[in-house]
Amino acid sequence: MKHWRTIQLIAARVGERLLVLVIIATILFFMFRLMPGNPLVAYISPTFTAEQQEALMKAFGLDKPLSVQYFIYMANLARGNLGDSFFYKKPVAQLMGELLPNTLMLTVIPLLLAYAFGIVAGTVLAWRRGSKLEGAGIIYTLISRSAPEFWVGMILLTLFAFKLKWFPASGASSPGVIYSSFLHQVTSADFWRHLILPALTMAFYLQGLPLLLMRSNMLDVLEEDFVTMARMKGVSEWTVVLRHAARNALLPVVTAMALGIGYTIGGDVVVETIFSWPGLGRMLVRAVANRDYPLAQGAFFVLAALMVFMNLVADVMYYVLDPRVGRTKEATT
Amino acid sequence: MSVDVASTQRSEVPVAEIATTTAPGSFSALWAGLRRDRMAMVGVFIYAAAFVLAIIGPSLAPYDPQQVIKDSAGNWLTSQEPSPQFLLGTTNMGRDIFSQLLYGARPAVVVGFLAAFIVVAIGTIIGLVSGYFGGWVDSVLMRLADVAFGIPFLPFVVVLVAFLKPSIWNVVLGMSLLFWCNTARVIRSQVLVVKERDFVEAARVAGASPWRILFVYVAPNVLPLSFLYGSLAMGWAILTEASVSFLGFGDPKVISWGFMLQDAYNAQAMTRGAWAWIIPPGLCIMAMVMAGFFIGRGTEEMLFPRLREQ
Repeated sequence: MKHWRTIQLIAARVGERLLVLVIIATILFFMFRLMPGNPLVAYISPTFTAEQQEALMKAFGLDKPLSVQYFIYMANLARGNLGDSFFYKKPVAQLMGELLPNTLMLTVIPLLLAYAFGIVAGTVLAWRRGSKLEGAGIIYTLISRSAPEFWVGMILLTLFAFKLKWFPASGASSPGVIYSSFLHQVTSADFWRHLILPALTMAFYLQGLPLLLMRSNMLDVLEEDFVTMARMKGVSEWTVVLRHAARNALLPVVTAMALGIGYTIGGDVVVETIFSWPGLGRMLVRAVANRDYPLAQGAFFVLAALMVFMNLVADVMYYVLDPRVGRTKEATT
Repeated sequence: MSVDVASTQRSEVPVAEIATTTAPGSFSALWAGLRRDRMAMVGVFIYAAAFVLAIIGPSLAPYDPQQVIKDSAGNWLTSQEPSPQFLLGTTNMGRDIFSQLLYGARPAVVVGFLAAFIVVAIGTIIGLVSGYFGGWVDSVLMRLADVAFGIPFLPFVVVLVAFLKPSIWNVVLGMSLLFWCNTARVIRSQVLVVKERDFVEAARVAGASPWRILFVYVAPNVLPLSFLYGSLAMGWAILTEASVSFLGFGDPKVISWGFMLQDAYNAQAMTRGAWAWIIPPGLCIMAMVMAGFFIGRGTEEMLFPRLREQ
């Protein structure tokens, strides 16, 4: 009975998120169509005659009314067809497929680093409440939350890539290295050496949220009766903090992590650009600069879809992990 | 680079408590509380300093920030080390970095205040209407908030700014279009509580119109919360403008801190370890964002006194 209710709730969320995605796709369509200038401007060379231009407009379906264009666009999108890049003369979907693993790696690894560190540090800060360590920890977190990511990246580049020469300054692989598969890529030391600086840049920013969440949850949990009870029973402080308190404080942090993936996407754009990381965010910036409309549109859509999907995962995790949520949601909506 | 989840989530939970601690016209209480909080005062001080610098900075600057400085023999004074003549040295094009830093305060303050004001105004009005009227109005507005929430923020601003025209006004426009959703959600949940209270009921019985109740009786109770979101939004706005400028879509006529860092990046200032060029603009951006957190945190402790006791 209860499971059935949860499944219903999740289905409703899936529907809502899909609707959001359709609306985003619609906004995207009009945003790119209503922009000033001819969308084929990058494609048409000045030597083209008026007839050639018209033929090209026809080939791209730009002579049809906007409403017809919209339905063709949505139908193509549903089939995973994102059009062809003007600049690379390749299907956008194929380009996205090539770049997605790099962006995913540069999203997941920093998140894991940030959450592992944040959870431990948050626990320690809550435990050592009122100490000098806590004060220093809070200031450190504030700095990490307010320092611009591209600036942190520039500092790391100056120190570790140019001065100490420990890590490469750009790219995801050394010149000439070609990976035969994703597995080959993630098991190669060369790839990890390239990943470290951008991943640290991102993790530096991301650690603040789990750290603060974990700290405030721990402070709440440590006040609760069952913790006092455990203390009175003479359980060691270590066991109280880890076994009893931390386990219970963890749930909201885990949920926040899925949401965190959505938030890293903005960071992807900046960090990928500064480290010349071949991912979706950098591609978006270049496509926009080159006026490569199909590519920019495709990259934006894939990023948005990734974000909507991760928000959905966060919702589902929340329902599955915390049985109370189902009931309170029901009561309020 | 996006919404501060920590504060959103924390603010949404103890709604019932705000209702009992804030009274109409509590802005004086807000200010009194800010003054008691040392961190919040630091934040206020940073904003005040930036504001003053935005006004008088350009007249303090020893050089025109765009001017290529030459010595008496006509040689360009490029990539100079910091010295009494050039406090932070010069760029690879022979421009004075310290002067650029002083000029950078103006766009930061303009974007920060303007974006924060617009974002919070839209968010507050939507939250008020959505929470008070409920029904289909509420559903439509909250779905709209879901959409705004689902769009990757920085990519959206970049695309918009690049296609319309690189200018700080378009950065503000991009922020305003998406960023209201956080404020709106929190204000809405606050309104849901406030509208059940006795004095609102009394006004309704006395025959006040819905709009009058909304803006005269309900709104004052949620405005301190808007203020909190305004101080956070200000930091985000400055960070967003800096990121957009850094990516190369900034206003070409404006010297901002983000532009300075882009310039340093493109000139490979990192390879020669030009710390005096790299560090100061980033510190300035950081100080502005941090000031928002400081004030936001101070405000939050006042709105949710339980946090202070912990």
